[in-house]
Amino acid sequence: MKRHLLSAADLTRDDAELVLTTAAELRSLADRPIKKLPALRGRTVVNLFFEDSTRTRISFEAAAKRLSADVINFAAKGSSLSKGESLKDTALTLEAMGADAVVIRHSASGAPHRLAHSGWVRSSVVNAGDGTHEHPTQALLDAFTLWRHLGESKPSGLEGRRVAIVGDVLHSRVARSNALLLQTLGVDVTLVGPPTLLPVGVESWGVDTSYDLDAVLPKVDAVMMLRVQRERMQGGFFPTPREYSRRYGLDGRRMATLQDHTIVMHPGPMVRGMEITADVADSDRSVIVEQVTNGVAVRMAVLYLLLGGSENPE
Amino acid sequence: MPAAPSAQMGRTVLDARDIARALTRISHEILERNKGAGDLVLLGIPRRGVPLAHRIAARISSVEEYDVPVGSLDITMYRDDLRMKPARTLMHTEIPGDGIDGKVVVLVDDVLYSGRTIRAALDALNDVGRPRAVQLAVLVDRGHRELPIRADFVGKNLPTSVAERVSVRLSELDDDGDADSVSIVVPAPEDNGGTA
Amino acid sequence: MTSVTSPSFLLKNAAILGGEPTDIRIADGVIAQIGAGLTADGAEVIEADGLIALPGLVDLHTHLREPGREDAETVETGTRAAALGGFTAVHAMANTDPVADTAGVVEQVWRLGREAGYCDVFPIGAVTVGLKGERLAELGAMADSAARVRIFSDDGHCVSDPLLMRRALEYVKAFDGVIAQHAQDPRLTEGAQMNESELSGRLGLAGWPAVAEEAIIARDCLLTAHVGSRLHVCHVSTAGSVEIVRDAKRKGWNVTAEACPHHLLLTDELAATYNPIYKVNPPLRSAADVEALRAGLADGTIDIVATDHAPHPHEDKDCEWAAAAFGMLGLETALSIVQHAMVDTGLLDWEGVAERLSYAPARIGRVADHGRPIEVGAPANLALYDPAATRTIDAAESASLSRNTPYAGMELPGRIEATFLRGRPTVLDGKLYSLDGKVA
Ligand SMILES: [Zn+2]
Repeated sequence: MKRHLLSAADLTRDDAELVLTTAAELRSLADRPIKKLPALRGRTVVNLFFEDSTRTRISFEAAAKRLSADVINFAAKGSSLSKGESLKDTALTLEAMGADAVVIRHSASGAPHRLAHSGWVRSSVVNAGDGTHEHPTQALLDAFTLWRHLGESKPSGLEGRRVAIVGDVLHSRVARSNALLLQTLGVDVTLVGPPTLLPVGVESWGVDTSYDLDAVLPKVDAVMMLRVQRERMQGGFFPTPREYSRRYGLDGRRMATLQDHTIVMHPGPMVRGMEITADVADSDRSVIVEQVTNGVAVRMAVLYLLLGGSENPE
Repeated sequence: MPAAPSAQMGRTVLDARDIARALTRISHEILERNKGAGDLVLLGIPRRGVPLAHRIAARISSVEEYDVPVGSLDITMYRDDLRMKPARTLMHTEIPGDGIDGKVVVLVDDVLYSGRTIRAALDALNDVGRPRAVQLAVLVDRGHRELPIRADFVGKNLPTSVAERVSVRLSELDDDGDADSVSIVVPAPEDNGGTA
Repeated sequence: MTSVTSPSFLLKNAAILGGEPTDIRIADGVIAQIGAGLTADGAEVIEADGLIALPGLVDLHTHLREPGREDAETVETGTRAAALGGFTAVHAMANTDPVADTAGVVEQVWRLGREAGYCDVFPIGAVTVGLKGERLAELGAMADSAARVRIFSDDGHCVSDPLLMRRALEYVKAFDGVIAQHAQDPRLTEGAQMNESELSGRLGLAGWPAVAEEAIIARDCLLTAHVGSRLHVCHVSTAGSVEIVRDAKRKGWNVTAEACPHHLLLTDELAATYNPIYKVNPPLRSAADVEALRAGLADGTIDIVATDHAPHPHEDKDCEWAAAAFGMLGLETALSIVQHAMVDTGLLDWEGVAERLSYAPARIGRVADHGRPIEVGAPANLALYDPAATRTIDAAESASLSRNTPYAGMELPGRIEATFLRGRPTVLDGKLYSLDGKVA
């Protein structure tokens, strides 16, 4: 593993499989009476959140604490874009506090990259979602959930499986990281959405693309529905929310066209009635709640693999 | 993990039959010491302690007509040298269904050396539950203890020098099939030695 | 070396535009004599073996930041950088604070340039009041002022309203002015951060599509032809734009265009570093665009190289990409980049360099005493350049107040050894000399 986790592209196939198998071991520990492990005793993990995301922060916090790390939550209020240097100033503060890892969520694409490569801090940097760029630990937990659900003994069993990622790919960091990671794991990915919400040049990502959800659904082993953010609804990317739902929403009728084993995923938070109907979200196929549980194990695995050993072995 | 060629170049001190006899003896000693198999749980320490625990369990059940619970206990995160190398791959931990509370846990490992692995295993066990007693079975005790730890059941006491490495090969894990063996290897200078 | 205030200089063995070495005598602010084997006759002799004599460079696109952002650059520091880059004239963009949209502001900038004395400063006037794109600024008053403004631009902003653009083009005909358009459709580039490409999609940075530039250039070419005026297109950055300008010229329309050094060398791949030192507007484009710009500059479709020298204080670049300011330094490295991208590649000879960096920009800006061939009787505005030198760019050594050069650490060919402004050296032996003849 590299020293930082900034992009799903930082992970080789071996790295990704190691994270997943490590997460599998750690997840089984969740059933023990004492959930804490001593691996990161004396290490400090800072959750640096420039953007509100209680669920992601809590997930990282639980992961770090279960590994016995000291956790500092640092919520930087307001937009950093209004005061240019605040990311740097904050970074220097964290460096002075002796952070071993900084878990950063930021509205600007590339902010974790800047943090890792500007010489401001020496700690490992974990991207917990940056702008419309990436969210690699979400992709890892999605891959983990897929692996567990598709009943393979090893992560390599995901080879050749088919996953559709549906919706606002253009603005989705989850879609980017998943497209990269799932391909690394040998999964066939199809991005589905209206042409206005698929990025320019997506043809060269190595994935399939489709504008036709109905044609894709019967072929896949998993459907990952992306959230449609409210501001996009006014952005002219599609005529009306109603038309969007009709063409790209997952409802009971469409769910009926899935193969029996196919699962439905969503990174949350859902806009019920928009990209997914309540009956689908609450159905047996939905693994949305489990994705949250798996998030802790996967983030433990990432923190352990980044911080558990030494950077400079003798 | 020892590479096959260097292991073959080593001096074999136990062959497959020696190992089988040692495990049979250990199995009987465990039963004698604990007056039957009633409360026993065998936990192998990955990697090679795990197949050894299964072999001992099989011998016990053939004597007692009772399936003694077997599991594995990974000690990676409890190692005192965790920070001295890049993050190590976790091994599998599997605690038998009924847990270990009030049971007699027999930890099983292949080689007892500094004692640090067993220290880590005791810490790990502490986070899993509260056994009535913990005992230790090892295939080989090579000496050079660095902590006040001793084995309850020893397959063979094997005097070694610190420079030597003890290589244990078991058919369940090592490619060359049925060749169970324990050998002593003097590593080449650039080999930084084994801690097995 | 004796005093540099001596009235006359003899440049020994200078290769005018890379031709046969000859001697050039400078006296009384003009080129007094050219020929082999000239004697000193009391002139200070400057050995120019291996050096190329070029007409003083003229930049049509410089941001001097004064008034308003003196923390980033002042007229004095910007013109020092210009002199070190071989420039004898720069055109100062109007996006200052206050905006250069009145005779008062343009005269102030012009006067600051005179006082500093390193380089002539020709202010560019804003097209619209406050660069707001709503109504025309007093273009005539700026044209009639002491600054004699001929170029008008809202640079930093596009004059996107087609009717306003039409009126501006028409109006400047009265005083032979030209509208220098920053071609960027604002709606197509809302929040834009980098070239729109497969890479922008992967990096999650909002794209700045080529069409946003090309659509405005096409429209403006048509408007220019329609009203019979003069259009200058700032910082052309895409292959499609080159094609549109080429077509307009073929039709005989009065359109000129500039390319910036960074667009002739750097590509959008650099955005993958998320280091905003590479953030510029228009953005760095693809390698194919770079090739097309070079070809356009070589065949004359692109008339000139202009620096778009855009200083920014450290904190405006030492941050997240999206929070950072657009722009990069250019004055001190422009000629080296042109040598590297155009001359060393065989696309342009030194005659072509003089045309693109001196004659043509002076013509477009209607600047009489700059951009003249090195001939007896011409004002002694010239530069001596060593094309065989190499230098590793060190941002800390820049004469600019700012440090935002994208070339830091790069090894570039060529060095300006001397610059003469009306016969007075502003740079000698690579060192700056102020108006009073002292090492600055
Ligand atoms: Zn501009």
